[in-house]
Order: sequence, then C-alpha cells, then structure tokens
Amino acid sequence: MADPKLVAELEEKAKMIRRNIVEMIGDTRRGHLGGSLSIADIVAVLYYHTMRLRPGDPSWEDRDRFLLSKGHAALAQYAALIDLGYIPKEELYKLKDLGSMTQGHPDMRKTPGIEAGTGSLGQGLSVAVGMALGLRLAGKDSKVYVIVGDGELNEGQIWEAAMAAAHYEVDNLVAFLDYNGLQATGCCAETMRTEPLPEKWAAFGWHVINIDGHDIGQILDALDEAAAVREKPVMIVAKTVKGKGVSFAENVAGFHHGEMTTEQYKQALAELA
Amino acid sequence: MKAKALRDAFGEALVELGRENEDVVVLDADVAGSTRTKMFGDVYPDRFFNVGIAEANMMNIAAGLAACGKIPFVSTFSFLACLRAGDQLRTSIAYPRLNVKVGAGYGGLSDSFDGPTHHSLCDIAVVRSMPNMTVVVVSDPNQTKKAVKVVAAYDGPVYLRLSRAEVPYVLPEDAPFVLGKGNLLREGSDLTLVVAGVPLARTLEAADRLAKEGLQARVIEMPTIKPIDREILVQAARETGAVVTIEEHNIMAGLGSAVAEALAQEAPVPMEFVGIKDTFCESGPYDALLDRYGLSVDDIVAAAKAVLGRKS
Repeated sequence: MADPKLVAELEEKAKMIRRNIVEMIGDTRRGHLGGSLSIADIVAVLYYHTMRLRPGDPSWEDRDRFLLSKGHAALAQYAALIDLGYIPKEELYKLKDLGSMTQGHPDMRKTPGIEAGTGSLGQGLSVAVGMALGLRLAGKDSKVYVIVGDGELNEGQIWEAAMAAAHYEVDNLVAFLDYNGLQATGCCAETMRTEPLPEKWAAFGWHVINIDGHDIGQILDALDEAAAVREKPVMIVAKTVKGKGVSFAENVAGFHHGEMTTEQYKQALAELA
Repeated sequence: MKAKALRDAFGEALVELGRENEDVVVLDADVAGSTRTKMFGDVYPDRFFNVGIAEANMMNIAAGLAACGKIPFVSTFSFLACLRAGDQLRTSIAYPRLNVKVGAGYGGLSDSFDGPTHHSLCDIAVVRSMPNMTVVVVSDPNQTKKAVKVVAAYDGPVYLRLSRAEVPYVLPEDAPFVLGKGNLLREGSDLTLVVAGVPLARTLEAADRLAKEGLQARVIEMPTIKPIDREILVQAARETGAVVTIEEHNIMAGLGSAVAEALAQEAPVPMEFVGIKDTFCESGPYDALLDRYGLSVDDIVAAAKAVLGRKS
C-alpha cells in the first residue's frame, strides 16, 4: 500500500498539472483538453515519483524515458515540464504560438524533455519498443514509459508494436492505456470495437495490470508491480475519465479538442483550486 | 565486364561496418534474404532485428533505437520503406532528424518479375520532399560499399536507394563518394547527361553512340539526389547548354525534377527527361522492362538529339 503522505503530495501535483493544462488553453485558444486531463494523475506519479530524471540535464544518458503515443495530450507533459523547469514558465501562455516550445504536438528538437516526435497516432508505442531495445543494448537500466490512447488502438500498428514488445521481451517498457472510452468523434465502443482490452494485451504476451487511472495509490502500486516483472512488457490498463477534474468537460467528446468560454475557464480554475 | 548485385555489395558493406562500429544495428522486415541484411544478422545476431512483416513498426523502432544513440540501418523493399512506412519515416525520423539510415532495397524495376506491386518508381519523389532527408541512389558495387560507410558516418537521416540488380563495375575503383557531390565521368561540350543509379551503364553506352556521331556528351553521375550538387549542374548547363536526365523512376519529381529545380533558378537550359513516363509497368525480365518502359540506350540517344534540337 502506498504511503498516504506521498499520495496526498502527488494528488496536489496532479491538480497543478490540471491547472496548467487549463491555463495553457485559457479562454482564447483551442486545445486537447479532455485527453490531457485524463492522464494528469499518471503523469504526476511518473514525473514526481517514479522516473529517474535530471531536469537540469534533459539529455542525461541514464534518464528514464517518457513519451506520449497519444501525442495530442502533450499539454499534460508540458504542464509537468514547465513546473520542473525544463520549459520556461512563460511558455504556459504560448501554446501553439509561432516560435513556442509548446508545439501542437511534441517536438523533441524544440522542447527540452520531449523524447520523440509523436502525434501521428499509432507510432509512439513502436518508438518506445525501439528505445527499450536501445537501452538494453547499451546495458542501461533506464526504463521507458509510454501512454497509449484507447482510440489510438484502432491503428493496426499498435498491435504490431504489441507483438514486437512481447517478442523481444522488453521488460524495461511500461505502457499505460488511457482507457477513457472516448475518441475524437464519440464513444470508442461505437466507433470501432476494441474490447476486450485487458484480455487482448494479455493474449499478446504482456503483463497486464488493471487500475483506476485517477487513483494515485493504485498507480503507485501498479508501477511497483511493473518494476518486478521480468521478460515481459507491462501494460497498465488505466480506467480514466476524459476531461477528469473539470466537470463540464468530463465524458464530453467535444472537449477532445475544444475551447472554453471565459465563464468555463474561470469555473475550471475554481474547480482545480 | 565484372559485375555484382548491388544488394550483395550492400550486405557485405554492412558486415564490414558492423565490425568497425558497435553502434550499428540492422532491422529488416522479413526480407533479409532478399536485401542481404541476413549477412549482417548471421555475424551480429545481437544487433539484428527481423521485426516480421511490419514495416511501419520497424521504422518507428529504428527511431527509438536512434534516439538511444544507435545507428540503425532499416532494410526492406523501397516501395514499402517510403510508402507503407512513409508517415513513420516522416514523422518519427525526418522531423526530429534522427540518425536512421533507410536501406531501400529493390529500387526501381529491379524486382522485375514481381511486377508493379513490387516496383518502386515514386520513392525518390516521396522522400526528397521530406525536410532533413538526404537521398542517395547508388549505381555501382564499389560505390555502394563506399556509400554505406559514408552515410553511416553522417549524422542524420538518409534514404539509400539500392537495387536487386547485378550491375557492372562502371566507376573507377578509386572514385570518391562524397555526399552532395556529383561525379564528372566524361567531359563533353555539346550536352550533358545526368544519371543516377543503375542506368549509368546504359547512359555511358548512349554517350559512346553519340560520340560516334560526333556529339560530345558530358556525363555526370549524381548519386546524391538531395542535397543536389548545384555547382556541377550549373557549370555543365552553362558550358553545354542542354541537359538530359536519366533515372529509374517516374519522370515526375525524381532526379530530373531535382535537376530542373536547380537549373531553373541559375542556368535554365533545354532539358529532356528519360525515365518511366508516369505509368505502371508489368512483370518481365529486368533489362527487357527497362527497354520497354523508356530506359533503353535508344531512348537516351533520342532524348539527347531532341534536346540538341531545342538548344539555341
């Protein structure tokens, strides 16, 4: 069981990440609000507890790697990177502006702390497999953490990567499935049925852990379990709520990529205060 | 004339490279026997990944390996490398400028009997319009070996177009291979033939035929399509006043277009384009296909005469 004090601290970090996400979009921009909010708790645990990082040295060889296969949720990663000092604070108000570090999708050359150019869905898990192989070849004990979207599972390449990760037995790879049930135009189950998901990943040879993706204690416990797994990649199937933490955006597909009115923006910040 | 399949030269070069550099890794999508990367896999099994018939996955895995400091050579048939895995190449390799080398096997019509599904006639067009990509088309076994070493030493993504075909040793053994540099193979003042890849031998034969008719063709072999050697082209255009390009590719958006783009700005001259004329081909013996679909020696000679007719 996770330490309650640690859980409380990480819950605060998750709330800060959500606030940063909301501030990045504000009441003047459009952005990927829903899918960024749904992964905030996972991102908080990874960046503020689990991952081995040196924020002052983003290319430190022995760092753990984090990438978003669902690259559009970059706001959650930017939120942490800004707080940790990888990215200057003022970038919080430059989302997708010309010359900004907070590009519409992650850019590893423009933005310190970004590990891959993701955003074209279905590719990030394969990149993560390559990183896991590269680190293993180099004799590094660094781990690779990757978040995959549930809508993204429509992409056939995800399943190519699923096969390859199990085939190469990359036990330094831990994936999260952001299982929020919604994709760009609606409900995943109605768009393209991908169920049963935990069973599919298990059938592909992964060690599967099912959790509530907003329960910090469960995320911590899952990562502890993952760390002990050998010769298999780990998939943490995290049940989440798209838009989590901002009541009017929760479970609303329209906030996959949306805008907030000034009233909504104020309300969102108040709910996350 | 002594000859060797370019794929064999590629396979041998990879083995040598693997011995010299432990960071070199090779990935193949279950065609390692065809592309000859099996030779590397047999010697360095720990650094060889047959990812199965999954080119898109392979391309992204290579990106991940490169992001961790490895020098991946990704090998498959060229049409798959640029089309099936084209988004992966663009987004995860060209965009972040990762150090991945695409060994694009079976370029052009060289997998001739397998037909249009396996011919690769639009690959140069696709990859050369990806920013950050360097595009190389080899024409000779010795050059292939040199090119493998040079592109491995270069830090950045490279598309290296290879061939299944057995090709004569056309270039002098000591001919250097320098990225971005064309090779002046023959002096000439009446027109310039610019060629990339396997049609080099046919181009030289065409130059011989033209010489017999008193027409002196300058011959430039252009192994780097991008960045193209503007200097050698502009000088040739100014000195000869007419240019013919010869390539085993659709005449749209390949070598000919790259040459035209360079010359249009600095030294516009009449041009003719020898290549596949925007058509799908068919199964058949390789040389017969080249002859049938626009790359015969006669085609090159005819294009030379046509361009001379337009020269002022």
